[in-house]
Amino acid sequence: MSGLLQQLFNGLVSGSFYALLALGLSVIFGMLGVVNFAHGAFYMLGAFGAFVLLDSAGLNWWLALLVVPILLGVIGMVLERAFVHRLMHLFPLYNFLLTFGIALILQDLIRLKYGVTSQPYPRPTILDGMVDLGVFTYPKYQVFVLVLSIVLSVLVWLVLTRTRVGMIVRASTERAELTQSLGIDVRRWVTPVFGFGIALAGLAGVLAAPMRAVNSEMGADLIIVIFAVVVIGGLGSVVGSVAAGYIVGMLTEFGNFYIPALSQILVFVLMALVLLLRPAGLFGREEGSPA
Amino acid sequence: MILTRLVKATSGWSPVLRIGMLVVGLALALGLPWMMYPPIALDIVAWGLFAVALDLLLGYTGMLSFGHAAFWGSSAYATGIIAKQVGLPFYFAVLGGALVVAALALPIAMLCVRRSGIYFAMVTLAFAQMIYFIANQWRAVTGGENGLQGVPRRFFGVDLTDSFYFYYAALPLLLLGLLGAWRVVHSPFGRVMVAIRENQARARALGYPVDRYKVQVFVLSAFLAGVAGGVYAVSHGFASLQEVYWTTSGKVVVMNILGGMGTLWGPVLGAAIIVQLEDYLATAGIDATNLVTGVIFVVTVLLFRRGIWGTVRYLVRSRTATRHDSAADEEDAEAESRPAPARQG
Repeated sequence: MSGLLQQLFNGLVSGSFYALLALGLSVIFGMLGVVNFAHGAFYMLGAFGAFVLLDSAGLNWWLALLVVPILLGVIGMVLERAFVHRLMHLFPLYNFLLTFGIALILQDLIRLKYGVTSQPYPRPTILDGMVDLGVFTYPKYQVFVLVLSIVLSVLVWLVLTRTRVGMIVRASTERAELTQSLGIDVRRWVTPVFGFGIALAGLAGVLAAPMRAVNSEMGADLIIVIFAVVVIGGLGSVVGSVAAGYIVGMLTEFGNFYIPALSQILVFVLMALVLLLRPAGLFGREEGSPA
Repeated sequence: MILTRLVKATSGWSPVLRIGMLVVGLALALGLPWMMYPPIALDIVAWGLFAVALDLLLGYTGMLSFGHAAFWGSSAYATGIIAKQVGLPFYFAVLGGALVVAALALPIAMLCVRRSGIYFAMVTLAFAQMIYFIANQWRAVTGGENGLQGVPRRFFGVDLTDSFYFYYAALPLLLLGLLGAWRVVHSPFGRVMVAIRENQARARALGYPVDRYKVQVFVLSAFLAGVAGGVYAVSHGFASLQEVYWTTSGKVVVMNILGGMGTLWGPVLGAAIIVQLEDYLATAGIDATNLVTGVIFVVTVLLFRRGIWGTVRYLVRSRTATRHDSAADEEDAEAESRPAPARQG
C-alpha cells in the first residue's frame, strides 16, 4: 500500500513539471494561437540559468527561482516583439516552424558551450533530507516542487477566472476581434502573456535543476511529451493542461514501476485513445466548424 | 508520350522552359555521381524523394506532418531486416520496407486526421516519438543504440560495393517515386488535395470525403518516404535511431520550406542544399548542424516564405504576368495567401 502511494507521489512530482510546462504552452496558445516549440528549450535555459548564476555569481537557488523566470520572461517578450509578432497574421504553422528553429539554435548553442555532460546542481540546504509523510518518508525537495506547482496552477487559474486581467485574456482567447471592438486593447496583452508563459517554463527549469540532469538535451524530448499532454488535456484549456500533466506524470511513473520497457510509450498510447474517443481533448470543447 | 503528358500537365510555364527543366533535371540526376562523391549524390536523391513525399502532404494538402522520420526510419529498419534475411535484390527489400511503412502509416493517419492545423503537426510529432521509443527499446530487432548493421546491397548478382554503380542501380527506384508523386499532383486526385488545402470546408461541401482523401495522401506520402528511407539504408549499409528521431523530421521540413513547398522541384533543391551543407560542415569539422538548420528555419520563415523555387517562380511569373496573368496565379501554391484555418480549442 505504501509502495503504491509512493508511486502516486512520484507521479505527481513528475506531473508537476508536465503541468507547469503545459500550462505555459496553453496560455500562450490561447492568447496568440501560437504553439511554442521552443518551450522545452526555455525550460532547459531555466535550469542552465540557475546553474550559471550559482557557478559564476554564487547566487543561490532561491534567488535563481526568482531571477531566472523574470529574466527569461523578458527575453520571451523581446522574442515575441522581434519575431513571433511578425508572423501572427499568417498561417499559424509558420510560428510553429519559427519556434522550432529557435529551439534548435538555443539547444545547440548551449551544447557547444557546455558539452553534453550534465552539470551538477546541489539541492538547497533547507530542502535537503527527508520528510515524514506518515505512511512513508519522502524527499523534502520533491514535496516542495509538488506544492509549488499546485499553488502556481491554482494561482494562474484564479487570475484567469477571478480578475479583470484574466477576463480580458479569456475574452481575447475566445473572440479576439469582438473583444477588441468592445474597446479593449487586446494587443497590449499579447506580449506579456507570451513572456509569462516563457517565465513559467523557466521556472520549471529552475525547479528541475537540483533533481534532473542539467544538459542541453533536457528539454528536447520533454517538449514532445508536453505536446501529447496538451492534446490529451485540450490545448488552450488551462484546467485540462494541468490535469493532463498530473495524469501523464502518474501514468509514466506507474508504467516505470510495473512495465518499465513501455513506460515512455504509454503517454502516446493515451494520446491515441483520446484522439479516438474524444478528439478535442479530455477538457477541451468540441471544435466548432472543422477548418 | 510521357514527355508530352509531362509538358501538358505543367501548364502555366512556357513550353520551352518546361521541357528544358525536365531535361536539365534528368541530366543532373544522371550526372550527379560525376560531380561529387557518389554516396552524397545518392543521399541527395534519396532525401529529395523524402522531401517530395512530405511536400504531397505539406505543400499540396496543407497538412504539416512533423513526424515523417517515423516512416523514413521505420522503412530503413524494415528494408534492412528484409535485405538481411531474404536473398533477393535490394529492390524487393525497399519495396517491402515501404509496404510495411504504408501499413504502419494507415492507423497513424486515421488517428492524426482527427485533428487539423497545428494540432496535426503536434500529433504526428508525438506518434513519431512513440515509434522512436519503440525502436530504441526493441533492441532484438533494431539493435537499439548500435543500430541495424550490415545491410547488404544484393542486386541480381552484380557487385555494387562501388557506390558509383550503386547510385545507378538505385536511381530508377527513386526516380519512379518522384514520377509517382508528380503524377499524383497532376491528377484529379491532386486537384482535390489542393482543394482541401485551400478550403477544407468547401471541399467537404462539394461532396469530397475529405478525411478519406487525407488518409490516402498520408499513406501515399509515407510509402514514398519509405522507398527513400529504404534506399538510404541500403546505401549506407545500416539503419540507426537517428533515422527515426525528431531532428530528422525537422530536417525534411526545412528542405521543404527552404526549397519552396508545394512546388515539387523546390523540395528536391532544398534536399540538395541541406545534404551538401551538412557534408560541408562535417568535412570542415564544424559540429553545429542543428544550429545551422535552426538559423535556416528562422531566416526562411521570417524573410522568404516562398522558398528558393517559389521565389524564382514568382519572379518569372510576375515578369510574364502581363501576357497571361490568369495562368500565372492559378498554380501559385503560395502558402501565405491561404485562408488561415479557424482556430480550434
